[in-house]
Amino acid sequence: MSKLDSKIPKGPIKDKWTTYKDKIDLVNPANKRHIDVIVVGTGLAGGSAAATLAELGYNVKAFCYQDSPRRAHSIAAQGGINAAKNYQGDGDSVYRLFYDTVKGGDYRSREANVHRLAEVSTNIIDQCVAQGVPFAREYGGLLDNRSFGGVLVSRTFYAKGQTGQQLLLGAYSAMNRQIARGKIEMFNRHEMLDVVLVDGKARGIIARNLVTGEIERHSAHAVVIASGGYGNVYFLSTNAMGSNVTASWKIHKKGAYFANPCYTQIHPTCIPRSGDYQSKLTLMSESLRNDGRIWVPKNMDDVQAIRSGKLKPTEITEENRDYYLERRYPAFGNLVPRDVASRAAKERCDAGYGVNETGEAVYLDFGAAIERYGSEQAKLKGLVNASKEEITSLGEKVVEAKYGNLFQMYEKIVAENPYKTPMMIYPATHYTMGGVWVDYNLMTTIPGCYAIGEANFSDHGANRLGASALMQGLADGYFVLPYTIGDYLSDDIRTGKIPTDTPEFEEAEKNVTDRINQLVNNKGTKTVDYFHKRLGKVMWDKVGMSRNTKGLEEAIEEIQSIRAEFWSDVLVPGRADGMNTELEKAGRVADFLELGELFAKDALDRNESCGGHFREESVELDGEQKGEAKRDDKNYAYVSAWEYTGEPKDAILHKEELEFKDIELKQRSYK
Amino acid sequence: MDLVLKIWRQKDAEDKGKMVAYNVTDISEHMSFLEMLDVLNEQLVSSGEEPVAFDHDCREGICGMCSLYINGEAHGPDRGVTTCQLHMRMFNDGDTIFIEPFRAKAFPVIKDLVVDRSAFDRIQQAGGYISVNTSGNTQDANAIPIPKPDADEAMDAATCIGCGACVATCKNSSAMLFVGAKVSQYALLPQGKVEAKDRVMNMVNQMDKEGFGNCTNTGACEVECPKGISLTTIARMNREYLSASVTED
Repeated sequence: MSKLDSKIPKGPIKDKWTTYKDKIDLVNPANKRHIDVIVVGTGLAGGSAAATLAELGYNVKAFCYQDSPRRAHSIAAQGGINAAKNYQGDGDSVYRLFYDTVKGGDYRSREANVHRLAEVSTNIIDQCVAQGVPFAREYGGLLDNRSFGGVLVSRTFYAKGQTGQQLLLGAYSAMNRQIARGKIEMFNRHEMLDVVLVDGKARGIIARNLVTGEIERHSAHAVVIASGGYGNVYFLSTNAMGSNVTASWKIHKKGAYFANPCYTQIHPTCIPRSGDYQSKLTLMSESLRNDGRIWVPKNMDDVQAIRSGKLKPTEITEENRDYYLERRYPAFGNLVPRDVASRAAKERCDAGYGVNETGEAVYLDFGAAIERYGSEQAKLKGLVNASKEEITSLGEKVVEAKYGNLFQMYEKIVAENPYKTPMMIYPATHYTMGGVWVDYNLMTTIPGCYAIGEANFSDHGANRLGASALMQGLADGYFVLPYTIGDYLSDDIRTGKIPTDTPEFEEAEKNVTDRINQLVNNKGTKTVDYFHKRLGKVMWDKVGMSRNTKGLEEAIEEIQSIRAEFWSDVLVPGRADGMNTELEKAGRVADFLELGELFAKDALDRNESCGGHFREESVELDGEQKGEAKRDDKNYAYVSAWEYTGEPKDAILHKEELEFKDIELKQRSYK
Repeated sequence: MDLVLKIWRQKDAEDKGKMVAYNVTDISEHMSFLEMLDVLNEQLVSSGEEPVAFDHDCREGICGMCSLYINGEAHGPDRGVTTCQLHMRMFNDGDTIFIEPFRAKAFPVIKDLVVDRSAFDRIQQAGGYISVNTSGNTQDANAIPIPKPDADEAMDAATCIGCGACVATCKNSSAMLFVGAKVSQYALLPQGKVEAKDRVMNMVNQMDKEGFGNCTNTGACEVECPKGISLTTIARMNREYLSASVTED
């Protein structure tokens, strides 16, 4: 029997969340003092959840593998955060944000969750401003907005190109307030290595102290996983080096279903890779597509000349450029959603029009924006006969004010000045929409175990819109989980402290220790990175931007054999009883080697194209949409929730049928 | 290019530690500095030796986790970058590069190049926040207009990534730039005014307790700061501190 009960409240979609909040059980403040909650991960979701739960009165234990909660990878989010404030008066509303998110997710998300997200979005901005987050402002002193892909309104709030940083520091400051009060006990440089179940409920975790190597038992009445996404399964991604699937994968192995692993976002604007030594890819914010125009040369001769260094992109005239997004999608142009933009770049590069040595790069050009802003500034300053140079210089200043830090970042990595020559970009793995399956309460299929933020699957369907990850992380942590978890914990007011000297904790600890010893004692011949790179190559080539049956079947076999080889031949030097960075990596890669297989299996099962998941077998064959991805609502309008049964290949598929009562299912058109 | 690396190796906090020389060959100028260290570590691991431990995470200059004192400079010879954004094109074939941890009494070494910067967290916990509940029952975000120049200046101060380069580079191991940045961010915003006095007193007291030195206005911190935090934040903190001390209840 399937355990999939989404627990969506009854009633009209607009009232669900309000009615739900009115009806749930609460825990009185005196009792909250006797209840412990563990939060794993301190990004936007985990940090905001830990702070809010502590403020409500629960005793929180928060864990992160970094040396400080402020370093979680939410910090790297650049562009902004969406909210249905309609400050611009351009027709935005909660409904429109809800609609855009469901449509942008290619109708593969759960309506009720998305509507709730849109509802609480406005609170987030109020909250963050109250916390002192320095959002960008207009000259009148009010908040500024910009546009992101896939929408027709300006609803994105931002703090230069460092929005994630500022929001995370806001959540971190809220955590600090609670740490100072003793309501959050913070465990830096700790990694969760298993969840402990007592009578079927999540009652604690086993964690490794990454400084001393000590294996620790921590108990609680509920466990919240906020450990982010699994993009590093590709080895190269825009994730931080330490980002991993381990916490999510451990709870999966203990009974939490893993949903839609194949929904991965390949972000269109990243700095192209340059060599085999490369350790990560760097994102250039989607906000750049507000002002940057994407193109490749129209003529193959020009492509050749550029690659051989005989021609500069600025020397190619307008009529010889192919602004392929504007050509193919006139309504949205350069601001089509990410999946569409990525595939279009791949299409051009596969056709041979890539503009760097590897053939995997397209231009993102600010020339037109610089000229437009420059002319505007010249008018404002009353310069009647401004020279071209003056206009360019004025325009560059405007662009610098908007994106200065991104341009600087680009210049440092590539050693080219993006004000003078177009940026080169190419898609890269960025975000994972899939994740641990959760119900409306954000609870996994393990009672008392929750998953929030990127770690869960619920809000973005098959494709996430830009500036929505920050929104979801903070919505889950500040405004959703603190309510829903109370409903569960209200049954625990008489439970008392959970002891850790029980057989359940003992067994979990032993399993963790055994596995660590196995890795350290294996003494093989190959490094952890050797296996991780091989896994990444299989994932990128066969489970990347474009997938087909043959490739996916091969991928499954190849991943199985890499995994077998890993366990027989991996070399982890050093000891387990102290800081050992190779051991940390080994544990994470071992889990990626299992997840990767489930990922490919899920992609194989879903024989339709939707959002970031593109199956070559499922494309529109004729009409205006010819060549575009073809969704199959008749057969695939469900969430794939996988149950672990021993090996990824034996995972059992459970289906949560998606119902669309408020939004009509349509083909996504951005033409 | 081929390089000689002289790297600080220290087994754990108790170990005395020493510089050890390593050779790396065929380093591309397009590599980042940390990718060059990855190459070294792959070599070491392949021969069964323990890799050099160093802190790093986002590798795009924003998380503040990477550190390193390279040829006597925090985050190395380039300006306005963290170590992860430093590229090998800043070096030449045949160079000998000295790589040490950030050194300060308040940043004890944990292993090799990894140091403990939790003192920074404790300073933030002493007052680096606005005491507002996260329940969402706050007033509308546009209810308090903030002059753009103030908002922009607050943002400039808020970009501090807490890496500790200012401390490592300061001859007094002072954390004034770090603390000044946070104090300034809140001092410039109306939301921060309410608790301004307590904040600056508590944060500065904690800073002293952690064993950071005082500021002698040399300005090396501003030069080495990867985010260009301005020395004026220290001036603002001093003013806040002074006015808080003379008006204390």
